[in-house]
Amino acid sequence: MENRSIVSIAGYSKEKIQNLLDMATEFEKQPNRTILHDKVVATLFFEPSTRTRLSFETAANRLGARVIGFTDPKVTSSTKGETLKDTIKMVSNYADVIVMRHRLEGAAQYASEVTNVPIINAGDGSNLHPSQTMLDLYSIYKTQGTLENLNIYMVGDLKYGRTVHSLLMSMAPYNPTFHFIAPKELEMPSEYKKFLDDRGIKYIEQQDFTEDTIADADILYMTRVQKERFSDLMEYERVKDAYILKADMLGKCRDNMKILHPLPRVNEIEYDVDDSKHAYYFQQAQNGLYARQALICDVLGITLEELKK
Amino acid sequence: MAKNIYKDLLVAALQNGSVIDHIPTDKLFTLVHLLQLEDCPNPITIGNNLESSKMGKKGLIKVADKFFTDAELSRLAVVCPNMRLTVIRDYEVVEKRDILLPEELIDVVKCANPVCITNNEPMKTRFTVHTDGENVVKCHYCGKTQTIGNIKLK
Repeated sequence: MENRSIVSIAGYSKEKIQNLLDMATEFEKQPNRTILHDKVVATLFFEPSTRTRLSFETAANRLGARVIGFTDPKVTSSTKGETLKDTIKMVSNYADVIVMRHRLEGAAQYASEVTNVPIINAGDGSNLHPSQTMLDLYSIYKTQGTLENLNIYMVGDLKYGRTVHSLLMSMAPYNPTFHFIAPKELEMPSEYKKFLDDRGIKYIEQQDFTEDTIADADILYMTRVQKERFSDLMEYERVKDAYILKADMLGKCRDNMKILHPLPRVNEIEYDVDDSKHAYYFQQAQNGLYARQALICDVLGITLEELKK
Repeated sequence: MAKNIYKDLLVAALQNGSVIDHIPTDKLFTLVHLLQLEDCPNPITIGNNLESSKMGKKGLIKVADKFFTDAELSRLAVVCPNMRLTVIRDYEVVEKRDILLPEELIDVVKCANPVCITNNEPMKTRFTVHTDGENVVKCHYCGKTQTIGNIKLK
């Protein structure tokens, strides 16, 4: 049997991405369906992540599926020394889809190799988080009407931010222009810049985050600058307030510009930005529901045509 | 004449077995260890600092009645690529080829990433080999890359 697991979407074709976006659009029109009334979805959170888990479980529930699983590895036999393989094998006897989150990198890939039940990667350490990328793509597509030829500005921690790396790779086929705004210590790693160079994709790096430097953005993707990422705390003190978005910085920005953030935010977007028409991060989180409904249906082989019926 | 005798001593007296040639002199004993020749009961000839027109000096290992598996040769190729393998059966050379890095290394290399699943589960590692200026290996699971000079064998 073909394994339809989704471990990464980085290698997906434009057609495949468009198909998933179109499915998400259908779910946004009508999120409540019964197409999975005879299915069981397992959510295995070997590492807690309330936000992602609630989103996946809501997606499954709104499709009519039943949900089993655990939310904390402390209550499972992994604490007794059970291997990941054995846990996956055991749950495969019960569920039609396994959504899993794990602290170890490559865990979802390995899980997909030991079972025929499709796996959806809900985050493996700091490696991949395809459902986050999918909801980011859907949010961009929905607000801009296209993924092509956009100015994508990424701000904050570009060194450790998993979401910005995945988004960068997934946007590559759509002729974007990237702007990386980050302190020196957290700048975009060279492997990703090389990835863009190899494909002739334009990018500009800068450290200034001002009204003028973001004026041409279509998408402003904010991330959090975390204290624990700095080896030099003096440097942290110097830059910690430099990457905070304030409402008065939005005066010159494009009408279509939207602010995205993977959430949770701490202080990197001030509360006065929330009322701006450019603020989109809460709708972005809602889009995660539709994107995840699309992913669950995709691994079960449900097509766009079936959803439109 | 003297040169011919010297050459004969090196490679001729093997009825069946394998010769690994063109070994960098500083890697010879690493390879001996990797092939676990300490525990091999067969007749073994190990030479080092031998004259080589190509390399200046080289090492050489001859093992009688031993035919290395692809897995064993993969391990060698990771430590030093481009050595020469000669297989001898009934005094005849039946195979002569460079030991090249395969495209994929199964359970040969240990991933350097401590939070990679392969370092935390009883499972085989899997790496793809890429040539990008220098040889790098990429973990199939966590995606992290290492240059070939820095890797640890499993």
